[in-house]
Amino acid sequence: MQEETHGTSGGPGFEDVVLPHLDAAYNLARWLVRSPQDAEDIVQEACLRAVRFFGGYQEGNARAWLLRIVRNTAYTFLEKKRPGELAEEFDETIHTGERVQPDAEAALLQSIENRMLQEALEGLPVRFREAMILRELEGLSYKEIAEVMGVPIGTVMSSLARGRTQLRDFLLRGRGQEVPRGM
Amino acid sequence: MACEEKNLLLHAYSDGELDLVRSLEIEEHLTTCTACAEELRTQQALRNKIRSANLYHRAPDALRTQIVAAAGGAAPMDRVRGRGAVSPIRIVRERPVLEWLAVAAAILIALALGIRMIPGALNVRSGDLVAEELVASHIRSLQPGHLMDVVSTDQHTVKPWFDGKLDFAPPVRDFAGQGYPLIGGRLDYVGGRNVAALVYQLRKHYINVFIWPDDGRQANLPDSVSRQGYNVICRSSGSMRLCGVSDANADDLREFMQLVSH
Repeated sequence: MQEETHGTSGGPGFEDVVLPHLDAAYNLARWLVRSPQDAEDIVQEACLRAVRFFGGYQEGNARAWLLRIVRNTAYTFLEKKRPGELAEEFDETIHTGERVQPDAEAALLQSIENRMLQEALEGLPVRFREAMILRELEGLSYKEIAEVMGVPIGTVMSSLARGRTQLRDFLLRGRGQEVPRGM
Repeated sequence: MACEEKNLLLHAYSDGELDLVRSLEIEEHLTTCTACAEELRTQQALRNKIRSANLYHRAPDALRTQIVAAAGGAAPMDRVRGRGAVSPIRIVRERPVLEWLAVAAAILIALALGIRMIPGALNVRSGDLVAEELVASHIRSLQPGHLMDVVSTDQHTVKPWFDGKLDFAPPVRDFAGQGYPLIGGRLDYVGGRNVAALVYQLRKHYINVFIWPDDGRQANLPDSVSRQGYNVICRSSGSMRLCGVSDANADDLREFMQLVSH
């Protein structure tokens, strides 16, 4: 069984590379497409692609390699099924309103309900959301995020900065308003 | 540096992605700037909130079971198919062969179109974009552990290190005698291609010199430009394009680039 799975190359097999990162794959897909069923489909499709591309996998960062395939699969899905979500652009001018007393922000943020936070995160433009999930939930370095998203590190830095700012603005000023879903 | 410029760095700082020198700069700034200190505290509160809010979606057991089962037959696909069996992964979600053919065709068409359009597109917007990429690369290189792949002050160690890693041989010279010691090199990716990056030191400043064959694609990359407080100065030397990026002042950098491209 082992030999059959691992082929004759002697290197790590598909199982060793993909399975340890299944949670990460599903978590990313789930946050990108915001639906459990679609996320399952995407992870399955991504695993299928991973099998096909496995010959091209060089020993290295397996998690980043798999996550890159998952995010590309998810973006293909979004392009096809929900193109509006990819076109979402954050309008900075909306968010130039007055700040809450700055020294009260940290305390206010602590008091926010998890559900509200989840909705606010889901309301972020998909690229900011992606960077934030990879950073805050997956704990990837900027370099790894850049690898997964296929963008320069500088873009990772600015996506995180803008995503966090937008999230915070929404949580602190937009409380009670409907979450923009951009559908 | 104004607080607005610091904001981006503040995120990188609280993510632990800044190098020591820049971290110290930020820490010093934080002692005198209450606005930035507040900003940092809010950022940290938000991060703690996100991390403690139980937002991670674990893969459902059913999905895991399906993929584990599929993986058993998946890796040696050709052999499995050769026996007339079908990989379980394909049963889980059957994708018609036609769909894959369509994907392949789309990729071929995109490639064909892309190759025709790339030179035009690059000429229109590449200069500025490349300058920004160079600065982003430089900033990233200053983060811990990113500066060098090969650490050496010896050009005869650095030059062979690039062998087989690039499709060209970058000129590697040490200018320690002139006050610019070579301290290492690494591979980088700029303007859509692999480039060599040589790291030199000028007093307390680092200079990244990015080198790639001058194929005319970045013809409108300005010879001298400043972005986010970093100077970018580009020169041609033989068949190579060399771009130096540093926070050293423009005159020093220009002098250095003169030396390097001579």
